[in-house]
Amino acid sequence: MAQSNNSIKKILGVAFALCIVCSVIVSTAAVALRPLQQLNQELDRKTNILSVANLYEPGMDVNAVFESAVIPRVVDMRTGEYTDEFDAATYDGFEARRDPAASRTLSGERDPAGLTRVENYTTVYLVGDEEDPEQIILPIRGQGLWGLMRGFLSVEGDGNTIVGITYYEHSETPGLGAEVNNPRWQAQWEGKQIFEAEGDPVPAIRVAKGSGSSEHEVDGLSGATLTSNGVTNMLQFWLSPEGFGEYLAKFRSGIEQEDARDADVELEAEGA
Amino acid sequence: MSAATPKGVLTTPVFKNNPIALQVLGICSALAVTTSMSVSLVMACAVIFVTAFSNLFVSLIRHHIPSSIRIIVQMTIIASLVIVVDQILKAYAYEMSKQLSVFVGLIITNCIVMGRAEGFAMTNTPGMSFLDGIGNGLGYGFILMTVGFFRELFGSGSVFGFTVLQTVQDGGWYVPNGLLLLPPSAFFIIGLIIWVLRTLNPEQIEESEFKMKHNTEPKEAV
Repeated sequence: MAQSNNSIKKILGVAFALCIVCSVIVSTAAVALRPLQQLNQELDRKTNILSVANLYEPGMDVNAVFESAVIPRVVDMRTGEYTDEFDAATYDGFEARRDPAASRTLSGERDPAGLTRVENYTTVYLVGDEEDPEQIILPIRGQGLWGLMRGFLSVEGDGNTIVGITYYEHSETPGLGAEVNNPRWQAQWEGKQIFEAEGDPVPAIRVAKGSGSSEHEVDGLSGATLTSNGVTNMLQFWLSPEGFGEYLAKFRSGIEQEDARDADVELEAEGA
Repeated sequence: MSAATPKGVLTTPVFKNNPIALQVLGICSALAVTTSMSVSLVMACAVIFVTAFSNLFVSLIRHHIPSSIRIIVQMTIIASLVIVVDQILKAYAYEMSKQLSVFVGLIITNCIVMGRAEGFAMTNTPGMSFLDGIGNGLGYGFILMTVGFFRELFGSGSVFGFTVLQTVQDGGWYVPNGLLLLPPSAFFIIGLIIWVLRTLNPEQIEESEFKMKHNTEPKEAV
């Protein structure tokens, strides 16, 4: 018995049969449960969008509130204009970053967040009135210490004041870098200013080493300098003209834009 | 282990032959997941499931496993089960699986699972092996829950998420002990549990392998 068990034929046979059986079990579980998992991920993403906008309360119907309170729009990051080319409810900018036609490569100085590729169009989420939103929720991502961190940054309608930040996907060290999701650390972001001066294209907001003193600085995470740097870098990128800079500029100079629109209306009225 | 009875294999691993306290296996995950009781409970259930079924399957095919590749065969079975558990958690307990993160996947490397498959299931009947798996999983779970209880109670003032000691942050009186939320505290608690268990069962105390000598006599400097 023992000898026949150790013959090459038997070894290969057992190994092969075992691999087949195990792979069938594993793939069945993975395929059968995928729809449920995707539903969970989607729900988690929506929960994060609501919580970064301070709209989330435990036990609420996330889907219903999301539908009623949040308006997704696709933005062309190069011009800062909305586009209707894609359906905002289903468009996935993160997937589009791989499509050469809908994305561009970044390198060196232009890529502080370590992204390599970035999509041209991305989805932003508006809270309140679409024309004059109370909050603009921007998706952000970038390299942390161990891997890609993905999250949301919520900005007030002035395009400059931060409401909150949250990460829904990261692989930072538990207890150190993973403290980016600590409510006490997140609470510091509220009211911080992104840009130093009116019309300044470079964001001033950063995570300071030690304790942040100005309205552009947030306390660093102790013991997680590289994660803190990652957060700074990704904000530097996503809030710069390479990212949402052009888009936010519209809100920062909101008054003039409204005036311009009024002027347009007047002209039209005269013309008619 | 003496002649195995169904009751014996199920209960001895909990106190008498506890995989964590006596064999000191599976410590890594015991440090990582015990900050709250609910997470400990899910982790314990996952390990019970994996040890029980890996023991069962290994035992079922034990007469056909070539000895030269037996470890990799056991690993394959364990790994498949762990992936299934991970997938189920992601589908039905998403929040929990986010908290457990990598530690579900790391059940694969938990020495208890591997140790029972190699040490018990390879030489015993499927039924007994299954019970042995449950027993060892329970032993692991028992320590996990105990450690989790102390860490959650004194670290965040709650049990299963329900507030017991109102913490200062919430306007109460209790100042939570931050150390208990960090992994080293689990070492202290497991050490204390081992001490208690060995005091109750003196036969668990190992004979010391050598005797410490007195420190050298201090001499006056020349």
